[in-house]
Amino acid sequence: MAWSLNGSKPIYLQLVEEIRRRVITGDYLPGSHVPSVRDLAGEAAVNPNTMQRALTELEREGLLENQRTNGRTVTEDTEMIAQQKRNMAETEIRECLERMQKLGISAEEMISMIQKIEQSEQKPNEQ
Amino acid sequence: MEAILQCNNLGKNYGSLHAVDGISFQVAPGRIIGLLGPNGSGKTTLIKMINGLLRPTSGEVLIDGKRPGVETKKIISYLPDCGYLDSDMNFKSSVALFKDFYADFDDKKAYDMLSRLNVDPAARFKTLSKGNKEKVQLILTMSRQSKLYVLDEPIAGVDPATRDYILQTIIANYNPQASVIISTHLIADVEKVLDDVVFLKNGQIVLYNSADEVRSKNGKSVDEVFREVFACSAN
Repeated sequence: MAWSLNGSKPIYLQLVEEIRRRVITGDYLPGSHVPSVRDLAGEAAVNPNTMQRALTELEREGLLENQRTNGRTVTEDTEMIAQQKRNMAETEIRECLERMQKLGISAEEMISMIQKIEQSEQKPNEQ
Repeated sequence: MEAILQCNNLGKNYGSLHAVDGISFQVAPGRIIGLLGPNGSGKTTLIKMINGLLRPTSGEVLIDGKRPGVETKKIISYLPDCGYLDSDMNFKSSVALFKDFYADFDDKKAYDMLSRLNVDPAARFKTLSKGNKEKVQLILTMSRQSKLYVLDEPIAGVDPATRDYILQTIIANYNPQASVIISTHLIADVEKVLDDVVFLKNGQIVLYNSADEVRSKNGKSVDEVFREVFACSAN
């Protein structure tokens, strides 16, 4: 799995977001073991201390749990995960709205465009 | 815990040229530090003083609390910029040499790392490509259980896949009791692996901070900040 990291922003913040994303999408299932700091750092090609900082941050939030000698697991609190999913979606939508507004496209226009696009993508399945 | 490297007003001058101009800093265990600066900024002079190849003209450098000498050379693993391996040797014979010379050398680890590459341990170094020579030198350096690894331009002049391999090896060998100093020009490639960065200019430290701090303060990558700090006018 590729980690696309932007050198212009603190790396540890980007690592936090990517791991959060993996929990939200179910790549890391609730209650499952998260790979070790070393393995994750190798996969992301980042400094292990930076990865550790990201994991500690997610522990602080409660999204990950530190089982001491048993490594880290994803929380089983599915309500928290659902809430994080909503937060992430909301952030993306707000950013998109802002970009559309800069183009001069209103929220209503955007909603009708979204519906058109969604319908045109469904058509091939209806045949 | 004691700093692995400590420089106190460290200086090296050649007449009126202050190659290293009274620098003070320390490196804690478990850190990967980038030593960054243009050619002639004092990086190599500093590295040579750390390794006891040059003597300071002022101040001191301490490795694990000791001045450079036999005891510090035991705990420093140095990968110089230029190739230092005899071109008639091969991996087998250099592993034997390292094992004989260094008490902390792990030959099993060296062979294990080599097995993942397409390099024949019996092939003489003069027959290896530049990329493979770099990888072999790195393997020998990282197979020691040292407290300080000093890598001078470990990824220069090699293809991107080889650079990735070298950086992966450095990450995989991370040890919270040891530290790594990487001196390089290829900042964009290396910066994600660095904890902290030191910018050296005219023998002085102009910046010493964590890489993420540099990013958040400037909204730019370490590479971009470097280009600004060391910009030369083309006009």
